[in-house]
Amino acid sequence: MAHAAGVPFALALLAFFVLLSLRCGALEITSAQAWNAIFDYDTSDQGQIVVRELRAPRTLIGAAAGACFALAGAITQGVTRNPLGAPSILGINAGASFAIVTAIFAADVVTPKGYVWFAFLGALGAAALVYSVASVGHGGATPVKLALAGAVVSALLAAWTTSLLLLDENTLDEARFWLAGSLSGRGTDELRLLFPIIAVALVAGLFMGRQINLLSLGDDVAAGLGQRTALVRTGAGITVVLLAGSAVAIAGPVAFIGLAIPHMVRSIVGPDYRWIMLYSLLLGPCLMLAADVVGRVVVRPAELQVGIVTAAVGAPFLIYLVRFTKLSEL
Amino acid sequence: MILAINAPATGTLAAIAAGLVLVGFALRLSELLPTRRGALRAGPISGLFQWRVVWLTLGAMAAVLGLMVVGLIVGDFPVSARDSLRTALWDRGGEFDFIVNTLRFPRVTVAVLAGMCLATSGAIFQGLINNPLVSPDIIGINNGAAVCAVFILAVGGNVSLLPYAAFVGALSTAIVIYLLAWKRGVSGSRLVLVGIGINALLAAVITFIQVRYPIERVAAAARWQAGSLFGANWEDARTLGIGIAILLPLAFILTRRLRILQLGGDASAAMGLRVERERLLLIATGSGLAAIAVAVVGPLAFVALVVPHLARLLAGNITGGVLILTALLGSVFLLGADLIAQRLFAPTILPAGVVTAALGGPYFLFLLARYNRAI
Repeated sequence: MAHAAGVPFALALLAFFVLLSLRCGALEITSAQAWNAIFDYDTSDQGQIVVRELRAPRTLIGAAAGACFALAGAITQGVTRNPLGAPSILGINAGASFAIVTAIFAADVVTPKGYVWFAFLGALGAAALVYSVASVGHGGATPVKLALAGAVVSALLAAWTTSLLLLDENTLDEARFWLAGSLSGRGTDELRLLFPIIAVALVAGLFMGRQINLLSLGDDVAAGLGQRTALVRTGAGITVVLLAGSAVAIAGPVAFIGLAIPHMVRSIVGPDYRWIMLYSLLLGPCLMLAADVVGRVVVRPAELQVGIVTAAVGAPFLIYLVRFTKLSEL
Repeated sequence: MILAINAPATGTLAAIAAGLVLVGFALRLSELLPTRRGALRAGPISGLFQWRVVWLTLGAMAAVLGLMVVGLIVGDFPVSARDSLRTALWDRGGEFDFIVNTLRFPRVTVAVLAGMCLATSGAIFQGLINNPLVSPDIIGINNGAAVCAVFILAVGGNVSLLPYAAFVGALSTAIVIYLLAWKRGVSGSRLVLVGIGINALLAAVITFIQVRYPIERVAAAARWQAGSLFGANWEDARTLGIGIAILLPLAFILTRRLRILQLGGDASAAMGLRVERERLLLIATGSGLAAIAVAVVGPLAFVALVVPHLARLLAGNITGGVLILTALLGSVFLLGADLIAQRLFAPTILPAGVVTAALGGPYFLFLLARYNRAI
């Protein structure tokens, strides 16, 4: 049960990054202040106000989004048996971005609360489009087909997004910060709005491990072992879109967490999806928070958006995957 | 506010609809063309050619010329057809000299040349990787140019350096992708996947620049990113012309070996081809063509992706002749897109890239599904 023994360790890691995220930033804060801000709030202490009003919400959002992205990536990789299965590669980010820019442009939606549903719908539409286009034809959605379909649909949506941004400078001004994928300045309203969906999807995803283990043996084997593959596939697909859609909606288009975390976890715990999912759930927030903290620290007092940091880390990781692993092995 | 821009005049819409009908009609007509082959012998040189491709090429040339003429005549300032043609061709320095010879003529010329560059580049990459879904924009070469250009625009740097910076950016991106994809040779799918990764990285850099700098400059950068022919001048046309004069013949020669390469690495090596050298040459040529075009007109979306498909659809697999047809169709596409961009919401002028994306994107999705079904 070496796998179970790792759970406390992962939890400790998560706690460490949560603390780091509460402490680091333009204003340095002690651990005691962070602790007090949450459990013994004193409004006369400026540091505590910063924690309570700014850092705690963004930590919460980062953790939730990280968990969603990572779990969505793990499920996608298992179901599609595709090492490049990940929300950002499925075009989810581009879809959400396009939907939000459209919303700002056409309907003058400017409150983040208004963004949420557009982001959600855009993510859903793009993922459905990419996957259905990629899985047409012989061999289903192979890595190259999936990556290309995702890249092409993303390019298409990006081109349309650019066109809209061009037609109206205000839209560009409103949208550019959202488009960078940032945790700063986001309230917890969106999180509260989407919390039921996230909770249900996380739990559903977590309990899908056994089914995905079967499915990852191949459709024929899984069906031979008595699994209703179509049902599981559909369920998994819905879960992924709910997870990734909510994550994009609350944190913006942050790339590569869903790609990188499941791979890292797999290299540690092996191919059993029950453990892969659990650890992805725990370590996804760690990467997200780490990236956010790095973004806060490197160009202090300004900030680097978390989406930029994850892309800077994640793209080399993708190239590493392509160069040094055999992609067909999953 | 969605259409604060004027509603398009019915006349313009009708013209565009008529254009599309004409294109469809031309496609139908092209099926009636003969499929015979002809042989050409002139002293030591001999070769086979397909009459079909010859007719199609002539048709495309006619379309390019026709659209150029339309581009000279049509515009915000009314100049009669006779006047504008006279000014452009023999009576330089007349009343309309500035409008025709400084604004419109260079613009259509740049459209012709840039369309050629982009389409040829797309054809080379698609042939090389043996996958019709690849193009310089998907694997990050355009974004390489965009990073440099956007940076210059955002920091308010010297705009005259922009084309050179974009060119350097595109080429160095191509080199990086090539090196990263190298692992005892460059396989097509590795090149694509590495390219997609690099593309994402560069997109993040662009986003970073976008959020760091003031909105007025960012807006200018966004306009450049869409790709447009605003302010195209003879200097641009000359740059493109020089690039085409060098690279297009090279591409023409290389297509022969491209066809052998398409048989697969082992087979072409067995036929005596130095596979990696040929691949490198092809990648360099394709990247060079894309880099020049992007440097001058910006990363026009989907031209490089869609046009080679159209050519394949009309004329079959890539040969030297089909490559020329592809180049001409690129010109037609870009000229047409620019005309639509200028006239659709006149007097508001859209960047041509908006139109190429709007037309090329959906068509490409359709192609994608069809291609996946075929393999």
